[in-house]
Amino acid sequence: MRILVVEDDEVLMNGLQVGLGISGFTVDAVTTCDGAEAALTANRFDALVLDLMLPDGSGLDVLANLRSRGATLPVLLLTARDAVSDRIVGLDAGADDYLGKPFDLHEVAARLRALIRRSAGRASAILTWQGISLDPSRLAVTCGGAPIRISRREFSVLHALMERPGTILSKSQLEEKLYGWQEGVESNTVEVHIHHLRGKLGNRLIETVRGVGYRLCEYRP
Amino acid sequence: MTSIRARLFLILIVTTGLVWLSAVAWTYFSTRAEVERVLDARLTEAARMVSSLITSQEINVAQLGARQTAIAATPHAPYDRQLSCQIWSFDGSLVGRSDGAPAGPLSDHNAGFSETRIDGQIWRVYAVENPELGARILVGDNLRIRDRLVGDVIKGLVLPASLIMPILAGLIWASVGGGLAPLNRMATALKGRSASDLSPLANNASAAEIRPVISALNDLFTRVADARERERNFTAFAAHELRTPLAGLKTQAQVALASNDSTIRDKALTHIVLGVDQTSRLVRQLLDVAEIEAREPDPAAEISPGEALSTIADDLLAHQKPGSRIVIDHRLFEVRLSIQSELFMLAARNLLENALAYSPIGGIVRCGLVMNRAQTCISIDDEGPGIPADELSRVSERFFRGRHKTAVGSGLGLSIAELALGRADASLRLVNKPEGGLRAEIVIGSDRVRKMGDAQSSN
Repeated sequence: MRILVVEDDEVLMNGLQVGLGISGFTVDAVTTCDGAEAALTANRFDALVLDLMLPDGSGLDVLANLRSRGATLPVLLLTARDAVSDRIVGLDAGADDYLGKPFDLHEVAARLRALIRRSAGRASAILTWQGISLDPSRLAVTCGGAPIRISRREFSVLHALMERPGTILSKSQLEEKLYGWQEGVESNTVEVHIHHLRGKLGNRLIETVRGVGYRLCEYRP
Repeated sequence: MTSIRARLFLILIVTTGLVWLSAVAWTYFSTRAEVERVLDARLTEAARMVSSLITSQEINVAQLGARQTAIAATPHAPYDRQLSCQIWSFDGSLVGRSDGAPAGPLSDHNAGFSETRIDGQIWRVYAVENPELGARILVGDNLRIRDRLVGDVIKGLVLPASLIMPILAGLIWASVGGGLAPLNRMATALKGRSASDLSPLANNASAAEIRPVISALNDLFTRVADARERERNFTAFAAHELRTPLAGLKTQAQVALASNDSTIRDKALTHIVLGVDQTSRLVRQLLDVAEIEAREPDPAAEISPGEALSTIADDLLAHQKPGSRIVIDHRLFEVRLSIQSELFMLAARNLLENALAYSPIGGIVRCGLVMNRAQTCISIDDEGPGIPADELSRVSERFFRGRHKTAVGSGLGLSIAELALGRADASLRLVNKPEGGLRAEIVIGSDRVRKMGDAQSSN
């Protein structure tokens, strides 16, 4: 799950980036409205965490631009102004959720998971496919009830594939989910993670569509 | 006296009373003079009349002397018997007298006016001699009657006055009350207000004398409301600004708790230290702002800007950016500023801190002095990125942090400098230098700057 954090306070921005990273998110962070606009046009994110008071304008303007482009991306506003009237303005401007500072890191992560789940139209927080279940809140995967040890990157790949079973994801789409642009992408890492996943969950789970990408395949064990 | 009404009432009553009394006194004296003039004329006339009657032999002095008859008696009206007449022969015998005239001589004067006391009463007498017949005619009237006449006139004045005075007092009391009604209305309007109601008082219906008071009050209300608004904004902003670093601290702390990776934990702890620095600086600055706003201005003292700047510079360099340098122009040591020293130090500290924060590592901050006839500028130049032109007018707003911001900045430094300088009757000017970097200038009137050389030559 790749998210964009727009926050101008360096300590907080770094905390969100690292903290949400620990919770299994791939986090990109920018500090200005301009940076946010650029990042949003150039990349696909699963959610946006937006501060309201930014050095070159208000986060509400970013939000308005985003919505005027028809983007349905879930947006969580993080702000020190959390009077009821401020919250109403924020939500009416197109935000999906609102958290007042100071907040709890785990709550931010939980709310982001909930927002992403709802935007994907799923009812349950736990993703299941062919006996495999994936719990994004605990970064845990079980196969036939037995817990599987899995790395964070592998989890991200599996999560991306399980969000829309049967849909083909290209290698670059998977890379996008795995790495923020601030991180260097090593070549063939996606292949390595897919290989590991197949080793842990069975060879036939992830199907390679030659020249296009990967998808989960329905197989009869 | 506390009550305007009572004071006005007393003043009006006393002045009215005094005017009345002086009118009475004036009437008394003028009436008295007039009465005396008229009655004296009557005396003279009467005496001459009698004298001419004798001369024309209508009254025979010799016969009369034997008969001692009185001039016909008449019924007495209140002002009757005003005149008494005696006719004496030159040999000293009473020839005749009028009804009610005393038996003794009215006067021993031979001719003209005189006053005589007879039986405890004073008579005004006019004497005329008739040498042809050898008679002296004395006509007199009792002064008591004159006094009664004058007294009656005065009584006629004072009696209605003493009846009217209480009515007048009542009227004055009521009309003073009526005149003060706009004040009372204003007082009632103010009394009924809550402490937070600073809306202006209606000024259309009130009296011309009250209007300036109301408009001054309304001005005061506006100023107080402005000050309150600023205070409220400030508190809101301060709360807001404190919440972001607190959120940062909490998030980093949670990262440190959640992570098993020692590198991540160390980084989080480093960030916590940075965040605490930032927050404590913010708190210190908030306290500075609160103190500047609350404090009564100190008396201005003479300070050496060079000494002040180098004290601050030593302190700053010891704690922050040890690689940087602060160069202070020697001319700054050769002048004395007349300024509230704490305010100057506060402004200079924030400006220097700012300059250091924006300077590259190893950069030089230069402090200089420019004097002309009207103004003296103490400049602090850095080698930083300057301030984007569109932000120049906004940077001294509280909590405004531009695009070029530093990790520990709070957005308060420049507004503190501006606030402190404003309190010290100086001002802050920010200019981007053409060669890059920002110049912050403390601008002060040159009349408050003294060159040390001048002082030595004058001593």
